[in-house]
Amino acid sequence: MINKDLVIIGGGSAGMAAAVGAYDHGVKDILIIERSPFLGGILNQCIHNGFGLTEFKEELTGPEFAYRFIEQVKARNIPYVLDSTVTSINRDKVVVYTNAKEGVVEVQAKAIIMATGCYERSAGAIGIPGDRPAGILTAGQAQLFLNEYGYLCGKRIFILGSGDIGLIMARRLTLEGAKVLGVAEIMPWSNGLNRNMVQCLYDFNIPLYLSHTVSKVVGKERVERIEISEVDAHMKAIPGTEQSFNVDTLILSIGLIPNNDLLNSISCTMSRTRGAIVNEHFETDIDGIFSCGNVLHVHDLVDNVVAEAREAGKGAALYIQGKLPREDQVIACLAGDGVGYVVPQKIVLDESDDNLLFKFRVKAPSKNVFIEYAFNGEVIKRVFKPVIIPSEMEIESLPKNLLKTNQGTLTVSLKAKEA
Amino acid sequence: MKDVIIIGAGAVGSFIARSLSRYALSVLVIEKENDVGDVTTMANSAISHSGYDPVPGTKKAIFNVAGNKMMPEVCKELDIPYGKVGTLTVAVEDEQLPMLQELLERAKQNGVKARLVDAEELKKMEPNINPEAKGALLCPEGGIVNPFLLPVRAMENAMDNGVELHLNEEVTGICKDNDHYVVTTNKEKYEAKVVVNAAGLHSDDIAKMIEPISWSILPRKGEYYVLDHYAPGLVNHVLFPLPSAKGKGVLVTMTTSGNYLVGPSSEVMEDKDSVSTDVPTLENVKAQAMMLVPKIPFNQQIRVYAGVRATPSTHDFIIEPSKKYADFINVAGIESPGLVSSPAIGEYVATKLVGAVLPLKAKSSYKKTVKPYVNPLLLPLKERNELIKAHPEYGEMVCQCEKVSLGQIKDVLSRSVPCLSIKALKKRTRAGFGKCQGGFCQPQVVRLLAEHYHVTPLEVLYDKPGSSLVKEEVKKEAK
Amino acid sequence: MAVKELICINCPRGCHLKVDDQLNVTGNFCPRGAAYGKQEVTNPTRTVTSTVRISDAELPLCPVKTAQPVPKGKMADIMVSINGVFLKAPVHIGDVVIKDVCGTGVNVVATRNMEKVS
Repeated sequence: MINKDLVIIGGGSAGMAAAVGAYDHGVKDILIIERSPFLGGILNQCIHNGFGLTEFKEELTGPEFAYRFIEQVKARNIPYVLDSTVTSINRDKVVVYTNAKEGVVEVQAKAIIMATGCYERSAGAIGIPGDRPAGILTAGQAQLFLNEYGYLCGKRIFILGSGDIGLIMARRLTLEGAKVLGVAEIMPWSNGLNRNMVQCLYDFNIPLYLSHTVSKVVGKERVERIEISEVDAHMKAIPGTEQSFNVDTLILSIGLIPNNDLLNSISCTMSRTRGAIVNEHFETDIDGIFSCGNVLHVHDLVDNVVAEAREAGKGAALYIQGKLPREDQVIACLAGDGVGYVVPQKIVLDESDDNLLFKFRVKAPSKNVFIEYAFNGEVIKRVFKPVIIPSEMEIESLPKNLLKTNQGTLTVSLKAKEA
Repeated sequence: MKDVIIIGAGAVGSFIARSLSRYALSVLVIEKENDVGDVTTMANSAISHSGYDPVPGTKKAIFNVAGNKMMPEVCKELDIPYGKVGTLTVAVEDEQLPMLQELLERAKQNGVKARLVDAEELKKMEPNINPEAKGALLCPEGGIVNPFLLPVRAMENAMDNGVELHLNEEVTGICKDNDHYVVTTNKEKYEAKVVVNAAGLHSDDIAKMIEPISWSILPRKGEYYVLDHYAPGLVNHVLFPLPSAKGKGVLVTMTTSGNYLVGPSSEVMEDKDSVSTDVPTLENVKAQAMMLVPKIPFNQQIRVYAGVRATPSTHDFIIEPSKKYADFINVAGIESPGLVSSPAIGEYVATKLVGAVLPLKAKSSYKKTVKPYVNPLLLPLKERNELIKAHPEYGEMVCQCEKVSLGQIKDVLSRSVPCLSIKALKKRTRAGFGKCQGGFCQPQVVRLLAEHYHVTPLEVLYDKPGSSLVKEEVKKEAK
Repeated sequence: MAVKELICINCPRGCHLKVDDQLNVTGNFCPRGAAYGKQEVTNPTRTVTSTVRISDAELPLCPVKTAQPVPKGKMADIMVSINGVFLKAPVHIGDVVIKDVCGTGVNVVATRNMEKVS
């Protein structure tokens, strides 16, 4: 058994930034455990640009952004292992990992940061009706085949889901010689950034079918055609609205799910969105175990991931140094009307820092609304939003002195502008 | 000239092959799919039924009970995951309680250990059961088994003992020529003294090749949900509702990999070969399942699938020689409880039916076990460490969701049963069966198979010819 | 008078812009929208990102990008140029992979460090 102050599971953007955050707050005895042959995580396959506008005031591609943080990790000599998989953790913070060189290694950590990112929702998870031939894959899978191995997954493609990953792949596949026949989106609004709508769909005349879903896949060994249908208010396919497309590939961009097997295995309390419940220091309900990045909640911008991860690193450092308050009293943070979820879900309200950062998403696109913070029934802050959409995570700061006691409930809601 | 040709390498064909491989006979198995156990055998409830349910005296009852008794030993010999978890057949209404009594009687007649459990005891055994549940029939001898490995390991054992297997080959005609058969496929012509028809959904088509038959196979589809293996304890036994004319009903069970299965439906079909799923059927499955366990976490769903039962028009297994010839043996209509019966059917067909027309001389070289499979995660840390030091590939993880190492994949690829596709590798190792459904590991698996078989990734198949994963290599101009 | 309609990409408002042939922009909430509208109509540009083949590296492909945005109409030709390149490791971020691609004055550069492996 070896001892480490801090073990960080995941060497992507969150893991690396958390390591840097912890290091810069005085914890040097760190180990980053990364399962792939490289640091950088999913950024390595995201060869498109749009990363780093806030963090570096430059527009970088995924690999370039990853490199900036790999340099920060290396400059601090923070130890990491690659090709290493964590096979178990326990509530006493013993981490067991395995790789071909070392065999099995048991590490007793003082604190753990979970930075394991997400996996993509699959066709089976939503039970797409019809056959199950080859040629159904997720956008990230198609991206990996193309950008890392150099293979096009298909020549005639339909995409389900208008999230950014799907839009990016619509463009990427078209540029590499495939024909993308359309994108279907089950909601009445697109899930991606306007910039991607323009540069990935409109630029290539790829039609977008809002309020539609894939209602059938047909194919014996390989996809031969798919049908899309319009959906009703309950997201159910409306019979008689089917449209058929002859394609050899169906690509799915239908959502990311936090990769929380390890925390689930030790009965960490999870939220409805399948990320851990954390306080403002990103500590879960298990002492000394922290969570940040996409495994906590799905981000749209990696710039926000690294900012959050640095905070989690700081939180873990304070914990190791005995300076993090324990949760005797907590304020529960709830998502109110119109808000899908809020992070953090608990506030410990200690003397550190003056501002709390809240991250949340609204349930539907809205115009001319207020974000309202109500503490124990009393409205303590309102922020006007001319436009607010679910596909963009909101980050708002709240001065701590607005919370007069350290127990009760804080609710974040969406309220219409009164006349 | 072969001694025996077996048509079909599902669970039944594979166990017949295994049983015959004990004897000095030349045996050839001809399978039309690209893998063993690729049709009904891989798409069922994965249950080792105790045998309380079939009508006493029928072949179903006899082979079910015998097969279930054999199952623990067979799974030990063939290194197949198996769990004697017990089954509970649950009454959710008072009106259903008399039927439990009938089932208890039936169990007794079939020689199956069973007892009734009242509502209170049931709730202790199954905390998540429908609070309205009135009682259940407990059969402690029933269990769960890995349905993918049952045929694969049985066939591996058979092949290790000398049986020949041809995949991707379809029988197109059979005729009798004096004292032997000529079996024609889409690739070759063979001669055999004995033919065993274990062709599943198409066993009636095969049987008709040598004589008119009075029975037929009626395809009946069953659709399922698969849930991820999260914290254990949703159910502790296999849970059944009361059986009806349509079958055993929608069950809720854990699997040997810790997942949960919810299903199956039961619909008569036209097309024997379609395994598509549809929304209304699955919604119905969900509703039925929730009558047993109201709080099934369907947000943990990772897959849906369908299997087709080879339902015999005779309502019982057909395990007998053809009318004309004692050496043409039909093993047909093996619907539920087919999986659990397969080892017993294998023994019976080999020793009693083939044995009636061919001399069975035991081979001294016969080995009844397969070389054990190593799963690093099941070893204590010290042994796991030693394993990886000796064989570093067991420390290299390929499928992260199911924790499958490169060493395990290479072991599977080195065994006697060919593993030709991504689907075949999935069934043997579980790589790609997890929550991300191959999202992260499939490209790596494609590359591994390409390297192993010295082909390009374009030729690596998901299942059968025509099912390649990738369509084109980009930037060939640069090369 | 032909009017072009487009959506501004600068912020989530996604203002629906109208640009006439005098390059007057309407529908924008802020000056960034006006600037974007004019640019999109007169000289729409895009950054092209792709991969090129590479030998002697740990992976068979190296990601690349146009160092600055290029005229949208040249994207297809630029892809052809990119597809013809074969690099040899080592290659570093910023290394010029194609100089002045398709006469645009813009270089295509590598965006990942690809070390040489034996």
